[in-house]
Amino acid sequence: MHDLPQQLANGLILGALYGLVAIGYTMVYGIVQLINFAHGEIVMVGGFGALTAYLALPGGTTLWLALPLMLIAGILVSTLTAVAAERFAYRPLRNAPRLAPLITAIGLSILLQQLVFSFYPDAKKARVFPKIPGDPFSLGSVTIQRSDIFLIIAAPLCMLALGWFVTRTRSGRAMQATSQDPDTAKLMGIDTDRIIVMAFAIGAAFAAVAAVAYGLRSGQVDFRMGFLLGLKAFTAAVLGGIGNIYGAMLGGVALGLAESLATGYIQHLPGMSLFGGGAWKDVWAFVLLILVLLVRPQGLLGERVADRA
Amino acid sequence: MTALLEVEDLRVAYGKIEAVKGISFTVNQGEVTTLIGTNGAGKTTTLRTLSGLLKPTAGRITFDGQDLSTVPAHKIVSLGLAHSPEGRHIFPRMTIEENLLLGAFLRSDAAGIAADVERAYGLFPILGERRKQAAGTLSGGEQQMLAMGRALMSQPKLLMLDEPSMGLSPLMMQKIMATIVELKAGGTTILLVEQNAQAALSLSDQGYVMETGRIVLTGTGADLLHDESVRKAYLGED
Repeated sequence: MHDLPQQLANGLILGALYGLVAIGYTMVYGIVQLINFAHGEIVMVGGFGALTAYLALPGGTTLWLALPLMLIAGILVSTLTAVAAERFAYRPLRNAPRLAPLITAIGLSILLQQLVFSFYPDAKKARVFPKIPGDPFSLGSVTIQRSDIFLIIAAPLCMLALGWFVTRTRSGRAMQATSQDPDTAKLMGIDTDRIIVMAFAIGAAFAAVAAVAYGLRSGQVDFRMGFLLGLKAFTAAVLGGIGNIYGAMLGGVALGLAESLATGYIQHLPGMSLFGGGAWKDVWAFVLLILVLLVRPQGLLGERVADRA
Repeated sequence: MTALLEVEDLRVAYGKIEAVKGISFTVNQGEVTTLIGTNGAGKTTTLRTLSGLLKPTAGRITFDGQDLSTVPAHKIVSLGLAHSPEGRHIFPRMTIEENLLLGAFLRSDAAGIAADVERAYGLFPILGERRKQAAGTLSGGEQQMLAMGRALMSQPKLLMLDEPSMGLSPLMMQKIMATIVELKAGGTTILLVEQNAQAALSLSDQGYVMETGRIVLTGTGADLLHDESVRKAYLGED
């Protein structure tokens, strides 16, 4: 167990990535009770948006200058895609049976993957994404990749900003009201259509931050990257209690830690020697999802104040 | 008497089922007007249409000189029409104070809003004592007070109250009815929907009896209270 601090650090960093993506699932679900299964592809297009900005810059541009521009481009592409999806794919189905928008989301997910696959230059194989150059940092026995510094800074900043927005601003309070009771929110004068667009946009902006973090970590983006990342983040959102933004971050961190610890240690448990190592890491994430659904279906923070009659 | 709200031949349908079948009524400035009727008579549907949550299939709604039938729900409150919905519908995971402030969502006069929050606490002291408590933890009667207080926060010209006595203890109901009298005395025009016909009619200037989507009887509150058929149908007398 001498490498426990390292495993914990890996889990936290991975968890922050899941949490950023999970926010998008949870915000949209909290407002319109839709599982936006195209959200993984919102991450993916953000990654390609950032890559496009990087490629457009003159060669030799320092990453410290390029990174903010990549981030802006990624956020722009993700947000526009998500807002267009809401307007043209989901809004017409607002009053349709629940299954219709769900199937639309899956269709949209395939559509976005295929659009990038077919039309983005050389997207048939993974495209190289820049990494932050330099040696890893060492803190005692823990090593942190330089590229992960972006995530370590960005994830808490994003969460703080979102917490402030939701609780302290007028639009944030309108968002809370809409998620708790949309018809009554309208009676207060809240334009709930605008709030729904805002929820999609914020989720997409976080997705783009996650996409840049993912690209920096793995050194590549590809048209399928949203699938597994989206599924894991969805797991994180359910784990934390879907609809709860702090739950999404907590669920992400819990999932990241579980994945990292299971990968590192499970083969030392009696009778589990076959299940160790990275090949099984995705299995543990979904085993955790099944356990949560069995034991605590409302998720970690899904408990609600009783609505007494 | 000037009419604040005029409804003419209003029809509302859920799909193919018509719930409101061509009703006309008037709410006069400064008065309490009541719609009474049994479950399914179309009273709640009527109020939800007035506040824009449902779209009429036909008819005209004129409020303060303006046609409402095409105004989206979120713009209605800014015209001076506030709706305390059936079942109260407070925001359960927000505090009492946050609920009240949402009632003033479109206002920007901070000082006036703060004064009105205090006025709501004056009207319902229990809300003031629990201002930082989540609204979902309140009792039914307290939630009703909060729903009324929240509707008043928009400084409405017309306050619509849907079943404010539903599920309340007799004592709490008296308190709510007394508040309606108090609000009227303060100049607020009120459109009240009630199943408790006795209590509602005794404080109403004007009453309308609805049955299966139609208005079947009209009169002053006192007239209806003494009407033979109303007494039989709604006041439980043989």
